[in-house]
Amino acid sequence: MNARLADRLATVFFWLGAVIIILLLAALVGYLLFQGGRWLDPGFITRPPENLKAGGGVGPQLFNSFYLLFLAMLFTIPLGVGAGIYLVEYAGKGDYNPAQDLPQGKKATAFLLGVINLSVETLASLPSIVVGLFGLLAFVVATGWGYSLLAGALALTVLNLPVMVRISQEALQTVSGDLKEASLALGASRWETIWKIVLPAAFPGLVTGAIITAGRVFGEAAALLYTAGMSSPMLDFGDWNPLHPNSPLNPFRPAATLAVHIWKINSEALIPDIRRVADGSAALLIIVVLVFNLLARWFGRYLYRRMTAS
Amino acid sequence: MADQQPKIIINNLNFYYGSTRALKDVNLEIKPYAVTALIGPSGCGKSTFLRTLNRLNDLIEGVRLSGEILLDGKNIYDPDVDVVGLRKRVGMVFQRPNPFPMSIYDNIAYGPRIHGITNRHQLDEIVERSLKAAALWDEVADRLRQSALGLSGGQQQRLCIARLLAVEPEVVLMDEPSSALDPISTLKIEELIQVLKEKYTIIIVTHNMQQAARVSDYTAFFLNGEMVEYDETEIIFTKPRDQRTEDYITGRFG
Repeated sequence: MNARLADRLATVFFWLGAVIIILLLAALVGYLLFQGGRWLDPGFITRPPENLKAGGGVGPQLFNSFYLLFLAMLFTIPLGVGAGIYLVEYAGKGDYNPAQDLPQGKKATAFLLGVINLSVETLASLPSIVVGLFGLLAFVVATGWGYSLLAGALALTVLNLPVMVRISQEALQTVSGDLKEASLALGASRWETIWKIVLPAAFPGLVTGAIITAGRVFGEAAALLYTAGMSSPMLDFGDWNPLHPNSPLNPFRPAATLAVHIWKINSEALIPDIRRVADGSAALLIIVVLVFNLLARWFGRYLYRRMTAS
Repeated sequence: MADQQPKIIINNLNFYYGSTRALKDVNLEIKPYAVTALIGPSGCGKSTFLRTLNRLNDLIEGVRLSGEILLDGKNIYDPDVDVVGLRKRVGMVFQRPNPFPMSIYDNIAYGPRIHGITNRHQLDEIVERSLKAAALWDEVADRLRQSALGLSGGQQQRLCIARLLAVEPEVVLMDEPSSALDPISTLKIEELIQVLKEKYTIIIVTHNMQQAARVSDYTAFFLNGEMVEYDETEIIFTKPRDQRTEDYITGRFG
């Protein structure tokens, strides 16, 4: 009887927790969409912002968010997955001949592994404003690039790398040892086994990691204020040469993302329709993140099915 | 058969997991084109022994080995031996079927592709030949592009055998290949082993003594890391020399 009561209480407790989380989420998203959704129209999404008068849009900011996401992922995914592969598949597992090498040979790397794991965890707990200020010193000032997309992308890489490494590690560790052994026993090298067996099998987990970090790129503001900057030059959407200063693709131009733009409008804008732009941007941002996540998941599943013939 | 050179000669093989000695001075000669069964109770070292033959134990941390294993007269633990090349010659079928999460065709073509065969026509041919050799072709010929994970356990295990045959090994190691299968699938695997020994040298670890008696030509009995007795299967099961072998095969322990 006692156990049954405890069981029932626990069920109610967990059920309440789930309901509260869903309600909070629904309230937040609902409020944002209700407040901002009515301002969303094609003009708002495509027009450039205004400095003094009403009626500006967020077209360049929307583009900047996606372009910055692309640049940040260009660094984050290879580095994060690469570090994950090293930590799971290589560290302490060098080519080894039990008839020649001493069993202690592998212990030296255990220390190094501890240091790397500690560094990753420490990096993961850095406040994003600290990453932003570090980015200001390292990527904006020291490189001489000034506020730029590239500096922003690098700062976001620093911010996201620990998450990507962790998730890659977890995804790679779930790949069954049986599959690796089967591949090695067929005469595949370690790299062939990783490339053709381990990575495809870990793919769904890696996609989840990429989506989580992508969500942070869309939402991050503090790390970008002093790296990608708070403004955008006049963009010429007819000029796609990445070397031209007014080209949207130029990685050395400053670029406020949607999230940074929301912060800036709310704190220092001079336009009369602050509420319209800020609320509309917030609603747009949440819709963009939602659509991106759904598309990324769908695309990830599609690729996985193609790879595994399932 | 008795006058043929042994395919593998094992001399004074010792194997350690950390400070635990898992194999103690094992000496054995494996005959070519025959089935050698390794029997013994759980933890006697027979699987460990099997995995020293294709150096799959290299992957485990903190292991050490002494002695030598001569494959066609060459010690496979010599520093100049290419492990990848060795594993191509000495293939392995595992206890649990472990097909890759890809199509049946890609499973079989995996090994040949890795070893440099890209010609579509040639690959088609290898896939068909390997599946036929593993007695699986008739069951899967019309669904080569479907996932191998959709096959039954017994079919998956024969697929793993076909995948192995596709790289044309010389020696086939089998680690309790039918222990996870139903009796009918087990029978199919055993029939297959009989056919395969015409072309391959087969070493099979089994817990099932009837299986050892049915499929093997030679049997080695392992106990506590020692190779206690080795002889023709018929002799091991009818008039073993060692009392411990007799106790084991008559079911007094293990």
